[in-house]
Amino acid sequence: MRPFTYERATDAASAVKAVSDNPNARFLAGGTNLLDLMKLEIEHPTHLVDVGRLPLAAIEETADGGLRIGAMATNSLVAADPRVRARYPVLAQAIIHGGSPQLRNKATVGGNLMQRTRCAYFYDTTKPCNKRQPGAGCSALEGLNRNAAILGASEHCIATNPSDMSVALTALGAGVEAMTATGAVRALTVADLHLAPGDTPHIETALSAGELITAVTLPPAPTGGQVYRKARDRASYAGGLAMVAVAGGQIALGGVAYKPWRALKAEAALAAGQTPAAAAEAELADARDSGRNAFKIALTTRLTVAAIAQAQGGKS
Amino acid sequence: MSSIADWATPNPVTENRSGLIGKAVDRYEGPLKVTGTAPYAYEVEAPSPPVQGAIVTSAIARGRVAAIDTAEAEASPGVLLVWTHKTIPAQGARGARINPRSQRPSSPVMDSDEVRYFGETVAFVVADTLENARAAAALIKVTYDELWAVVDFPASLGLAENPPGEEDVRIGDFETAFAAAPVTLDETYTSPIQNHVQMEPCATTAWWDGDKVTVHTSIQMVKGGQHALAETLMIPSDDVHLLTRYIGGGFGGKGQSYDDLSLAALAARELKRPVKVAYTRQQMMLGTIHRPATIQRVRLGATPDGRLTAFALDGYTHCARDALFTEHFANFARSLYAAPNRLTGHKLVKMDLPGAGPMRAPGEASGMLSLEVAMDELAEKLGLDPIQLRLINEPERDPETGKPFSIRQLARCMNEGAQHFGWDRRNPKPGQVRDGRWWVGMGMAAAIRADYLLPAKAGARITADGTITLLQGMTDIGTGTYTILAQITAETLGVPLSQVRVEIGDSNLPPAPGSGGQFGASTAGSAALDAGMKLRVALAHLAVGDPNSPLYGASPDLVTFDDGKIRFGNQSEDLSTLVARAAPEGVYAEGSISPPADRRDVSLHTYGAHFAEVGVDMDTGEVRMRRMYGVFAAGRILNAKTAKSQITGGMIWGVGTALTETNSVDPRYGSLINQDVGGYLVPVHADIVDLDAVFLDEVDDKANPMGIKGVGELGISGAGAAIANAIYNACGVRLRDYPMTPDKVLAGLIAAGL
Amino acid sequence: MKTTMTVNGQASTLDLDPRTTLLDALREHLNLKGSKKGCDHGQCGACTVLVNGVRINSCLSLAVMHDGDAVTTIEGLGVVGALHPLQEAFLKQDAFQCGYCTPGQICSAAGMLKELADNWPSQETADLTAAIVATDAEIRERMSGNICRCSAYPQILAAIRDVVGAVA
Ligand SMILES: Cc1cc2nc3c(=O)[nH]c(=O)nc-3n(C[C@H](O)[C@H](O)[C@H](O)COP(=O)(O)OP(=O)(O)OC[C@H]3O[C@@H](n4cnc5c(N)ncnc54)[C@H](O)[C@@H]3O)c2cc1C
Ligand code: SF4
Ligand code: FES
Ligand code: FES
Repeated sequence: MRPFTYERATDAASAVKAVSDNPNARFLAGGTNLLDLMKLEIEHPTHLVDVGRLPLAAIEETADGGLRIGAMATNSLVAADPRVRARYPVLAQAIIHGGSPQLRNKATVGGNLMQRTRCAYFYDTTKPCNKRQPGAGCSALEGLNRNAAILGASEHCIATNPSDMSVALTALGAGVEAMTATGAVRALTVADLHLAPGDTPHIETALSAGELITAVTLPPAPTGGQVYRKARDRASYAGGLAMVAVAGGQIALGGVAYKPWRALKAEAALAAGQTPAAAAEAELADARDSGRNAFKIALTTRLTVAAIAQAQGGKS
Repeated sequence: MSSIADWATPNPVTENRSGLIGKAVDRYEGPLKVTGTAPYAYEVEAPSPPVQGAIVTSAIARGRVAAIDTAEAEASPGVLLVWTHKTIPAQGARGARINPRSQRPSSPVMDSDEVRYFGETVAFVVADTLENARAAAALIKVTYDELWAVVDFPASLGLAENPPGEEDVRIGDFETAFAAAPVTLDETYTSPIQNHVQMEPCATTAWWDGDKVTVHTSIQMVKGGQHALAETLMIPSDDVHLLTRYIGGGFGGKGQSYDDLSLAALAARELKRPVKVAYTRQQMMLGTIHRPATIQRVRLGATPDGRLTAFALDGYTHCARDALFTEHFANFARSLYAAPNRLTGHKLVKMDLPGAGPMRAPGEASGMLSLEVAMDELAEKLGLDPIQLRLINEPERDPETGKPFSIRQLARCMNEGAQHFGWDRRNPKPGQVRDGRWWVGMGMAAAIRADYLLPAKAGARITADGTITLLQGMTDIGTGTYTILAQITAETLGVPLSQVRVEIGDSNLPPAPGSGGQFGASTAGSAALDAGMKLRVALAHLAVGDPNSPLYGASPDLVTFDDGKIRFGNQSEDLSTLVARAAPEGVYAEGSISPPADRRDVSLHTYGAHFAEVGVDMDTGEVRMRRMYGVFAAGRILNAKTAKSQITGGMIWGVGTALTETNSVDPRYGSLINQDVGGYLVPVHADIVDLDAVFLDEVDDKANPMGIKGVGELGISGAGAAIANAIYNACGVRLRDYPMTPDKVLAGLIAAGL
Repeated sequence: MKTTMTVNGQASTLDLDPRTTLLDALREHLNLKGSKKGCDHGQCGACTVLVNGVRINSCLSLAVMHDGDAVTTIEGLGVVGALHPLQEAFLKQDAFQCGYCTPGQICSAAGMLKELADNWPSQETADLTAAIVATDAEIRERMSGNICRCSAYPQILAAIRDVVGAVA
């Protein structure tokens, strides 16, 4: 790790200011992703603003009957919250399918949304990677890309977003509240948070530098069953090969794209009375593989069918 | 000259009068380990606080370091030293031995500008803190002249040769018999590169006192490490004091030393202060040895009633260009099943990869993955139960050498395992059992692992307080060495366990070969038994020659030891009383074991049978182990608890082998792609459901004086194949390419229209 | 940077390089070497300690983030001669071999017991709204953040079961 200075933020506005004013500053929340990347010299901020203790960890009811979850709430506390468990079981399920208990005890909602890809070439600084070094090339394109994206990728980057939590948030139609450099809080959606790689895969989210996620907002739970499924190489403590979150008629896919992928085509097909199989196929009709990840198209299709069927069966 | 026949004579271990042998006693060093107070190599107290090293590794597979810029690193805060191939002090030439008796030659680091594999050390930094050392290391800029490298194993089979000095082994006429066989099977199986992933990365703390260096390092072989370092430093081996008291896992991967050892010693000499160096996890994956990949072809010819008439297992594996190693995946098969016409052999591709080397059950762990699936496939072709097929082909004598088996209870392992596991509930037709979204299936496989005995020494000392200390340059990598040496010593001297201490992992102690090849307990233990016997003789003479002893004048041959006492008839005295009075400085004796020549006249193996039940997710092709059971025959068991832990640990390695563990080389860069434990997946707790094992009662009096055999590597042998067979039984997808990840299972399901 | 933590009940103030992880602060500055470094990247659990009673990976946390926190390491759970019940059970069930993952396993188990008591769910929890039953499957899943390459998992389960007690 390169040397950096550290400060603990006392309020959100000054944290935002500290990071907005310094292009080499970063927020530090749980640290479980940022420190990992800093140790590997993938990220080298010169200043860290610790937002972990900002009073932004509350989970509270919203006027419209939803929930507002503070960005600093740990993954564990969100999954353990009785309201989340009762009304948004898909979110609790998604969280507890991710990482390990120790990681979830540290990881925050904001950090999880902002976590970066686990593409093996991104993690190996001896390999070309457009995300790390714009213009360097993408090693994954013709490499060992078993876990690469099948949707929304570009010829410049085929990395996936590894988050579990955000797949459920996307299926639930969750919103994001973020504080900008001016101190104002703006609203966007989890589905719109991440930007397509295009030819700028190093630009990952719609947040401007120094913008701080302060909360995610859950609309009232949709009617219908909620299901989370994650396919992976071992039973636990492993990233997903494909994830599916179903919340009533709303569906999101994980591990298949640069972002948690709202499956609008599948939702439309279902709404039109089509079978789960037809719905899944509609969503994945545009899927493209890069070689070793070809199986993910079939895998995601089957997992989606199964998850929809399970949700329609009313089980969660 | 001694003979294995001598081992039939009873000794304290085989007599086991106080019942300590076999007893499930807690680990000797356990209290230290559960309290976190057992110091591993990076944690030992040095005479003064150590400074810390950081290694920089190569980013190409083969070529030369063209330029290396260390200016920024040298100017970086806290940096005490930066070395490259240009600046590192002189070391012994690679492979050279100043002392012809050194067990290992010099293994210099950065001895030239040559890069031989991706992940080789190219620069080294020492700084006051780890943070400063690693930050400085990251500032070093290396440019390379890259050369074409052989890194793609499947694409390089044209370069394969017989391993030096080896030929295919042929018995009878395989080709003719295979062509004539009424039922045949000809399939190819592949296994990937695997990493040891010991939880403790390689690490060394080193300091000098004048011309002598003390190193605490994490290594399985004490003498090998000591000699390699002495040769590298070009000093007499007596000037290297190597200690390895606690080792956070070895599994064969720490059978040799790595650059942490040489660099810590060299830097401590240069800086005149203690230095410690550890590999990062990434460096462990890239720069230590791995189990090489294999491509194995199995051909079986059988009569319709299941008798094997033709048997062949041959194929390819690889090793580093200048570090010869052969994963002998076919050797075990030479002793497993009867068949008159046989062919086994290996072809080796030398590659520009990090060293291939031994990993838990080298040979068996890879080879049984092929043959034991092939037997399952053949059984199905023949309409036989897989156990039945194996029983039909049980040999009377070693099928290749004709040597008698020392003892072979494979059939019993299979039969008792089947009984306990409920094998009769297995539906031989695949895809018939469902549990929710899971297809459920059962599989089995045989297990065999050769048993070895090597020469070793041990010392035993009794002090005036009656404490007996067993001293040996042996290691405990988690196998339970401390504990079984204490048990053997206590039983031999007839004292309670609490009166015994064990000191191992020190090059100043009587040498033993270390931990590996599941020979540790037999080898070290036999020497310990002998040391204990020698100490008995010395104590007997001491007592009978001491006018103040109640045993004075007795025949030393008739003296016995029990309950902390030395006894003759109804005369006795406490050992502590005797020693305190007659030899207050203590009594020390040394013993040894060396395998008699006629041990080679018997076929010596451990055996077992694995049973597995798995679920295959119908949607995703994910496979989860549900139940696993093993029955093993491995001679007398010294400690029921630690032996079982070894065996179940091995079985779990089989689960990893079957389902998750793989590393691949990206041929464009010549580098392994999985560089951490998030990418290289070993089993986690949730993967291991309901797993148990038992040992059959057995004594193998041809193996060593104690009638024991090794258990550390038997558990993995065959385990992965049992899982593979269970996958087939669950869903009808027959996979021959390990590990059996969801992508492969799913492809099979889709191909089968499922 | 000045950082004050209460470690195993003792307040200590350290002057630390901000880059120092909690793990390295414990091992290199407080001489508490029981917490192990297996991967340094949150992938193995060997570094697990309890911070304010909650288990975390101390390798992925900066020490300076823990100013004012109470940290419990393996050394704080029990000592030779006065073992914690989990340490006792690990010893008795042979729930370790090389011992390198062991302090992390034990600290993790201690944290897990609290999470169970607090009714936190895991992916093995069938009914998210019911009281959690400490089945074997629950314990296995909840201990999956701690890799044991020696693969003492069956024995680790048995040890934890000794402490948790049997469930119906
Ligand atoms: C071994 C391992 C396995 C994992 N497996 C999984 C898995 O299976 N599923 C899964 O979903 N996740 C997984 N994770 C990811 C883990 O969940 C993330 O590391 C975690 O969610 C990040 O949260 P954090 O609070 O620690 O973020 P930090 O590391 O603190 O921050 C991550 C990034 O987000 C930025 N950031 C943090 N908070 C905010 C905010 N409020 N506003 C704006 N920017 C912010 C930081 O500047 C930084 O760039 C795994 C991680 C590890 C190490
Ligand atoms: S897929 Fe994206 S992250 Fe991976 S190597 Fe290519 S550019 Fe880098
Ligand atoms: S050392 Fe922290 S998780 Fe491995
Ligand atoms: S005891 Fe060795 S890794 Fe767990």
